[in-house]
Amino acid sequence: MNSIILRAGTKYLVGLLILFSIYMLLRGHNEPGGGFIGGLIGATGFVLYALGCGTSEAREALRIEPQTVAMVGLGIALAAGLAAAFFGDPLFTGQWLFINETEDDKGIPLSTVLVFDIGVYLVVFGSILTLVFAMEEEL
Amino acid sequence: MKDESADTPRGNGLIGVVPIVLSAALFGWFWTFLEPISNGEAVRLVWDWVPAMQISLSFLFDGLSLTFALLISGIGTLVLLYSNTYLAGHPQFARFVLFLFSFMLAMLGLVLADNLIALFVFWELTTITSYLLIGFGHETEKGRRSALQALFVTGAGALALLAGLILLGLSMGTFEMSEILARGDEVRAHQYYLPILILILAGAFTKSAQFPFHFWLPNAMAAPTPVSAFLHSATMVKAGVYLMARIHPAFSGTEVWVWTLTIAGGFTAVFASVLALRQTDLKQALAYTTLMALGTLTLFLGQDSAYALTAFAAFLIVHSFYKAALFLVVGCIDHATGTREADILGGLGRAMPVTAIAAALAALSMAGVPPLLGFISKEIQYAGGLEVASSPVFVVSAVLAASSLMFAVAGIVAFRPFWRPPGGEMPKSPHEAPWPMLAGPVILATLGLVFGLFPGVVQTALVNPTVAGFLGTAEGAATLKLWAGVNLPLMLSLATFAIGFILYAVHRPLRAYLARLDAAAPNFDRGWDRFLDWLKGLAAWQTRVIQTGVLRQYMWTTFAVIVVGVGATLAIKGNVNLAAAFDDVTWRNTAILLLICAGTILTMITRSRVAAITGLGVVGIGVALVFILFSAPDVAITQLLVETLVVVLVAVALLRLPFLDKRGESDHRPADAMLAVAVGTVVTLTLLAVLNEPFDRRLTDYFDATSWPAAFGRNIVNVILVDFRALDTFGEIAVVVIAALASYALLRTTKGRKDP
Repeated sequence: MNSIILRAGTKYLVGLLILFSIYMLLRGHNEPGGGFIGGLIGATGFVLYALGCGTSEAREALRIEPQTVAMVGLGIALAAGLAAAFFGDPLFTGQWLFINETEDDKGIPLSTVLVFDIGVYLVVFGSILTLVFAMEEEL
Repeated sequence: MKDESADTPRGNGLIGVVPIVLSAALFGWFWTFLEPISNGEAVRLVWDWVPAMQISLSFLFDGLSLTFALLISGIGTLVLLYSNTYLAGHPQFARFVLFLFSFMLAMLGLVLADNLIALFVFWELTTITSYLLIGFGHETEKGRRSALQALFVTGAGALALLAGLILLGLSMGTFEMSEILARGDEVRAHQYYLPILILILAGAFTKSAQFPFHFWLPNAMAAPTPVSAFLHSATMVKAGVYLMARIHPAFSGTEVWVWTLTIAGGFTAVFASVLALRQTDLKQALAYTTLMALGTLTLFLGQDSAYALTAFAAFLIVHSFYKAALFLVVGCIDHATGTREADILGGLGRAMPVTAIAAALAALSMAGVPPLLGFISKEIQYAGGLEVASSPVFVVSAVLAASSLMFAVAGIVAFRPFWRPPGGEMPKSPHEAPWPMLAGPVILATLGLVFGLFPGVVQTALVNPTVAGFLGTAEGAATLKLWAGVNLPLMLSLATFAIGFILYAVHRPLRAYLARLDAAAPNFDRGWDRFLDWLKGLAAWQTRVIQTGVLRQYMWTTFAVIVVGVGATLAIKGNVNLAAAFDDVTWRNTAILLLICAGTILTMITRSRVAAITGLGVVGIGVALVFILFSAPDVAITQLLVETLVVVLVAVALLRLPFLDKRGESDHRPADAMLAVAVGTVVTLTLLAVLNEPFDRRLTDYFDATSWPAAFGRNIVNVILVDFRALDTFGEIAVVVIAALASYALLRTTKGRKDP
């Protein structure tokens, strides 16, 4: 596709979409969102980029092969699940750490659940881009 | 395969020595159990494995398992020592030792395991390591075929075994064998006794190569000779025999047990020893004598009397000694002369005196000549056979026929090559094997003689505890002795020698006759090939039928099955209320409905692909709006994003495709529309039926209540995804990755094909 407006607009949209996707990922535990949705939004950003500026440019912008992103995501998700073993819990039991916890405030919650969700995000993101890039290049 | 320099016993460094030391240490450790166990104690070691499913790593040391453990670790040590020289300098020696040692550990686990599931796991480990060892010479077609055949036959049996073991464990309420065996009456009276027995015997018969599953064992001789000595004569093939012996206290005594084992064992024994006589390859001849031994052991396990079980225990021990020794001797001959053909070999006695003596001792034991242990074992077999409850005539004739043939085979394998003139030119001029290769055969053959002279040692250490394992007491066990007086067994022994000697004398003409007979008889090995070809043909046929490669047909089949399946269920069980309340239909709902309908109609009537896919996108967005209206924001967002991506993806693909069917050319749409209407109707009726049922809020309430306290999250959907059911999610994302990689690979392949 050869549209200057799309090309110009895409550069800004991609950044915004990625930012939004991370926001969706992080808020997912309490509000609508999460790794699946975040990954989809992030992938949409790059699909747009590929449509507007061509696949090779999108690949360059991504720097890492999308297949690698997906595999890394799967690895992170697995690691998050296995981490429970170090605390003597069954596989995939969430482990939590509350930084600066006080009586009525939980502080900053960190958890293996979030790590798992990041893995899901990367898997969805990487898999869709693998597919879209390959199809774009095929045709 | 090997050069001359490999004949010096320089070994393979640490990698060769460490396994030898380890297995010797294991042997020593098992040795320390000898005393308590011969005093009638049993030792149990237990580690939890999967306690929730009653699976534990529990090990039982009793007479039977200890006898096996000592044989495995003892012969294992000698075989490892032997291989270290036999395969010295082989480029893949490390791999070989890894396989062989892993096999030994798996086999030890198998005979010591007390938990049914643990037993099965070790059982399969021996199958896999055996596969790897038979296929060690994977460069040859024969090696690969034999390995696969052994894997398939024993693997299929193992699946039956797994089913049998699970059924046994579930019907008895425990997976610990020691508990099950103590309740033998309950097992025999159980309604599932017969299915369990059949399934377990299927596993045991395939593993121990009983007729008609015998054909894989002679082929397994494609493995290096030390492997044949260890796996396919002394240990692994006896796993099936071990299992039958292990369950003997709980399962034996019924008509089915007695007759199945007696007939299968007796037939295998005679059949195999006849075939052994016709082989010209020494290793093949030994392979068939192993079948004979397995048959004989099965035959005696079919019986109940203490005498028969003593015969089983004694023959088990003596066979392991002489057969492993003979295999190793054949390895020495092969190593020294470069051939194993009985017709060529001869005159080796002068060049290889030590090998010759070891071979002679082992062969005499196999032939059952006094004063070797083999003689005592044979006497007991006759004595035990004479007093069985099933059919003494059948058992004794089977033993008599098999033993006479063994006598002849012993002469062919261990007398002719050494003391008769050679029948042809040997590839290499013979020389004595180096000491590590002699240690095994010499020690094992000598043990046959020593134990023959002092049978009391074997009796108290191994035979009595084994018999006690069967019967609870060793009181009825027969006494092993060289001279039992002039009785019927002795007469039968003399008859054995006479028949055996005649068979040996006429074995050459007989072999030609047997070869003709064998060629005329149904060949199970070729039958196996035909079976595999048939299976492949079937797979190709059903692939052609089902995988037409036309997307329309796939979709049609899928949707038609949905219509028929769901429709039939609804017709039988459905509770459809067509008069459902539509009173909460608002203008918003109606608007969305109209949007969806408009999208559908556009998709159906348009002749442009882009318009069609856009129409489908409108339908998807309409559905997303429905989700939003009924407050499922997560699902709505996902739906919206997926719709967007799908429209983009399909548009990219469709842009490059030719236009839709031109008017007049086979228009599928009327038929498609009918199917679509049918699917829509069935789904609508299903939903109406669902609405008729009271809404079950149990799950929703549970997650509502526990999501925040237990998982610190307020978004139930996401908490379920990443915490409560994280394992499911992990499986799903794994599927996503696999799908992406698979399509990537597919796209890449077709790309190369399109523009060469």
